[in-house]
Amino acid sequence: MYAQWIREGKLKVSSDWNKELGLKFTVQDPCQLVRKSLGDPVAEDLRFVVKAVVGEENFVDMYPNRSNNYCCGGGGGFLQAGYQEERRSFGKTKFDQIMATGADYCIAPCHNCHAQIHDISEHYEGNFPVVHLWTLIALSMGVLGPNEREYLGDDLKDVDVLEISEMEF
Amino acid sequence: MAEPVKLDEQQSVFKKKAMELIPQGGNLDLCFTCGTCASGCPATGLHDMDPRKFLRMVLLGMDEEVQKTPWVWMCTMCQRCIKACPMSVDIPQLVYQARATWPRETRPTGILKSCDISANTPTWSAMGANQEDYQFVVEDVAEEVRSTHPGFEELQAPIDKEGAVFCLNQNSREPVTEPDEMIPLWKILHTVGADWTYPSSAWAGENYCMFLADDDAWRRMCEDVVKAVDGLGCKYWLNTE
Repeated sequence: MYAQWIREGKLKVSSDWNKELGLKFTVQDPCQLVRKSLGDPVAEDLRFVVKAVVGEENFVDMYPNRSNNYCCGGGGGFLQAGYQEERRSFGKTKFDQIMATGADYCIAPCHNCHAQIHDISEHYEGNFPVVHLWTLIALSMGVLGPNEREYLGDDLKDVDVLEISEMEF
Repeated sequence: MAEPVKLDEQQSVFKKKAMELIPQGGNLDLCFTCGTCASGCPATGLHDMDPRKFLRMVLLGMDEEVQKTPWVWMCTMCQRCIKACPMSVDIPQLVYQARATWPRETRPTGILKSCDISANTPTWSAMGANQEDYQFVVEDVAEEVRSTHPGFEELQAPIDKEGAVFCLNQNSREPVTEPDEMIPLWKILHTVGADWTYPSSAWAGENYCMFLADDDAWRRMCEDVVKAVDGLGCKYWLNTE
């Protein structure tokens, strides 16, 4: 959907905010969205959106990727199953894959992936922030408010913040 | 050292039952034993198990071991093994069927509780968010955006808007623990002029009953989602990021 709206000119995104910063982003292909439902075409759309938002030169793909991507370990109920040590061991594959990209941020367009990759980033001390795609789209449109930055790193807390007017009572 | 498996003593009840339930019998008998599944599976090695080994144990009729290994809760059913398999053997469905053989109360507590909580609220929220609280949070946050975010004075986050094109689901995490995180998507939908609504019931995007392998409960959940979407006359059901 995002890709279609950008192509139609309805979503006016720009990667200018990242020109000087040059922050590198990688993206997790959610198994549920890509391999298990819409396949590689939606993975291409996902890359189209990410590149439009962070800048083509600032996107680094994981390997393997798209339909061949590794599951992060958050799905199928694993996050709630209680086997924490095993879940993190599963996630080490994903962690190594992300670290190999050298990216500053990992985009996770799935709730399960987001929670799991967030956890393994902290657990294995990769310390890369894990963000929702909607956060970056809103940021790239200059409409992301100060309180919508829960998952952004300190380097992006103050970038292109929408100025909030005084609350009127 | 482990005892050899005596094939003539094995009943393979689990295998027969699983093959009846999985479409095309899951191609279980077509396995080459090549190991491509195991070599690309992040769950390989956990609890001394991997997809190939699991399948071989099923085919050898080692029903007791197959139905006891906690590994079935460590496979995320991500289907990478099917994608890699030259014969498209459906190991994830086999894992699902093995989960279903566990007595319900012995299945992982976290998943069990989340399923039970969601099945007991019309919203299907695994965090137990009810319709009133949800409506309050959504309206409260939307009003704050309208009154303080320049350019979004007309922003709407409708609930039960009849005839909307898109019916949007919502993971419980945002409304319950971090409501401001709902705003970016609303702004995107507002900017493109999308005609959308949340349903007041069955809006929760999580499906723990499926993870629990509780067929009856997750069928009821899906039926409630369909009822909500059709009831509003929406054209599309949008599953969020």
